[in-house]
Amino acid sequence: MVGVTDNPPESADDRGEETMHFRKISAALCFALVGLFASAQRAPAASDTIKIGYIDPFSGPFAQSGDQFLQVLHFIVDDINTRMPPLGKKFEIVTFDDKLQPSEALIALKRVTDQAIPFVMQCVGSNVGTALIEGVSKNNERNPDHRVIYLNCGALATELTNAPLCNFWQFRFTGSVEQRAYARIKSLPADVKKVYLINQDYVFGHSIEHDTKKFLQQLRPDIEIVGDEYVPLGQVKDFSPYITKIKNTGAQSIVTGNYGPDLNLLMKAASDSGLPIRFDTYLAYLTSAVTAIGPMGADRMTVVMEYNENLPVELNIPAAEKLDLAFRKDHKFDFVAQPWVVMFEMLSRAITQAGSVDVLKIAQNLEGMQQQDLLGKTETMRKADHQLILPYYEGLLTKDVKYDTEGTGLGFKTIFTVPSEDEELATTCAMKRPS
Amino acid sequence: MQLLTDTLLSGLVYGMLLFMLASGLTLIFSMMGVLNFAHASIYMLGAYFAFTISHYIGFWAALVLAPLACGLIGAAIEVWGLRRCHANGHIAELLFTFGLVFIFQRAVMMVWGTLAVPYQVPASLNFPLFQLYGQNFPAYRAFMLLVTALMLLSIWLLLKKTRIGLIIQAALTHPDMVSALGHDVPRVFTIVFAGGCLLAGLAGVIGGNYFSTDSGMADAMGPIVFVVVVFGGLGSLAGCFVASIFMGMVQTAAVMVNGSIASLFAPFGIALGGDSLLGEILTIPLARVSPLLPYVLMVLILFFRPRGLMGARDA
Repeated sequence: MVGVTDNPPESADDRGEETMHFRKISAALCFALVGLFASAQRAPAASDTIKIGYIDPFSGPFAQSGDQFLQVLHFIVDDINTRMPPLGKKFEIVTFDDKLQPSEALIALKRVTDQAIPFVMQCVGSNVGTALIEGVSKNNERNPDHRVIYLNCGALATELTNAPLCNFWQFRFTGSVEQRAYARIKSLPADVKKVYLINQDYVFGHSIEHDTKKFLQQLRPDIEIVGDEYVPLGQVKDFSPYITKIKNTGAQSIVTGNYGPDLNLLMKAASDSGLPIRFDTYLAYLTSAVTAIGPMGADRMTVVMEYNENLPVELNIPAAEKLDLAFRKDHKFDFVAQPWVVMFEMLSRAITQAGSVDVLKIAQNLEGMQQQDLLGKTETMRKADHQLILPYYEGLLTKDVKYDTEGTGLGFKTIFTVPSEDEELATTCAMKRPS
Repeated sequence: MQLLTDTLLSGLVYGMLLFMLASGLTLIFSMMGVLNFAHASIYMLGAYFAFTISHYIGFWAALVLAPLACGLIGAAIEVWGLRRCHANGHIAELLFTFGLVFIFQRAVMMVWGTLAVPYQVPASLNFPLFQLYGQNFPAYRAFMLLVTALMLLSIWLLLKKTRIGLIIQAALTHPDMVSALGHDVPRVFTIVFAGGCLLAGLAGVIGGNYFSTDSGMADAMGPIVFVVVVFGGLGSLAGCFVASIFMGMVQTAAVMVNGSIASLFAPFGIALGGDSLLGEILTIPLARVSPLLPYVLMVLILFFRPRGLMGARDA
């Protein structure tokens, strides 16, 4: 190719035919060479790694989540690859950008199946999760030689593991909204009698509000809901008018599934107004919330979570503490993704048991599998709906901890534990299993 | 009564902050015909600069230095960017500022990361000033009001009592004539653009720690500022002021009111609602649609009074 461009233009006119010919030959040579290199590079890689297609937003307004989750996943995969490699091979994460759009996720899924990658993993957005369940199930019916398993690591909507959406090919390795709501209400202290519900005005917020109300009625009929409100997603700058309203109701606690600015600004407004109120939250452990909230949340903000870095200290489990410390060394945010460790441990075992990357066998092995988590508790992948059954911990934001969050001097101290037995909530799922 | 005073105070603080952003934008827009998309990005830069400066020198230094830095950036944009694009017409300028939005966004993410930064209200201002119906009024809110009021006063003095103000005012309405009289209109443009950016930066300094400083703050603030400018009327600072305060109040009031449009008619024995689309719109709580109201108002004003509240020219 270089030879062609080096030809002076005037001579190219004289020897047009010859140049064309030369061009064709060199182009063909180039392709052959590229092909050779590519196959030379790909051939060994295909045999020693087990690829996982990771579909999440890596551009657009939610790119932050995708980037961060990818860092966590790399950390976990590195650990699993040295500790318990499946069939002696290594897991390899291949990323695909879905821009948090279901349509983009389906295009990504097509690329995953084209490359014969046996697993897709997705952690942001129940709308994308719904699309992936349908996409994966269709693919596996039509394309039995290239089946894929959908590892759901963060699409939380309760519906995803209930009828009619639940599916044999989906495994959810995180608590559903319903499981979180159960833990949230169960852990409310007995002296709380009046709560105010604030949630974001979209699918997730509605889902949280629905399940919060359901468990309030079931578990704590003594609690009065003195107000409930939807706030527009990410639009409100000044929450002080809401605080005035809340104050007038005499609420003792704000129970909220808000996250991002909608949580931070709400707490800021409450603290500025001097209102002595509790915050019983669902998602205040998400990155940057504690930074934004700061000292004003101390000793009055709680959150239900699957893990925090002080749990190994409280339960005296040095191995887990060591893992957290390794994470803290290179990351500015906390390690909370404990169920994802379980996910890779279970996956590795299921593959090893299957003896090869046989997707159907692996899925069958995952059903009902039990695994000890970082804290030595048993977590179960329930066979009926493929929902992970795991314990929940209520953390209180306080200074009185060994490991702080995001360098704020404040961290989460466990004040209530919901064991995994309690989290086995009823499911309406009735899935069809491939024979 | 409590609701009323609370609405007024909250609305006033938010409205004044809006005005600080919108005043610069309306001056730039009406003078140069440039809809500066990057205006809210400068607001974001102001907050991030203030975070970094207050980390090393302190908040009070940041209050002065961060807006100045934003002003310098504004001047640089005008001299080296907009002036070149100007030769190719307004569309080129528009697209240029549109591109800047993404560049600033990415730059902020690369320098300060994608997470919110812990830019806090300074300790010296972090106390309740007085109590109102058992609810604290934070001193920092009073400080915000003070800063915005001082800014309002100095803009007014600058525009009404100085020679450069006179030229700016003239250039607002008759740019060609001012140029024909031999004034250096490009330099006036630079001053106005830099001044507008300085105000946006200042708004970032005092707003960033009161709200939150993250890479999404420009996106959140951008559209509402345009609404204020259009609503208030092009080229009218007074209109811009009224529109800002009005928008602040409307949004706050909508949250406070427990009820819907349908509930307004309830006392007269008229029951509205039902399963139709209209019924749903009428019964939705006002608080849930409060962020939508400014845009509805903008559509209405463009429909019935295209020049805005006090505008001199059509939008």
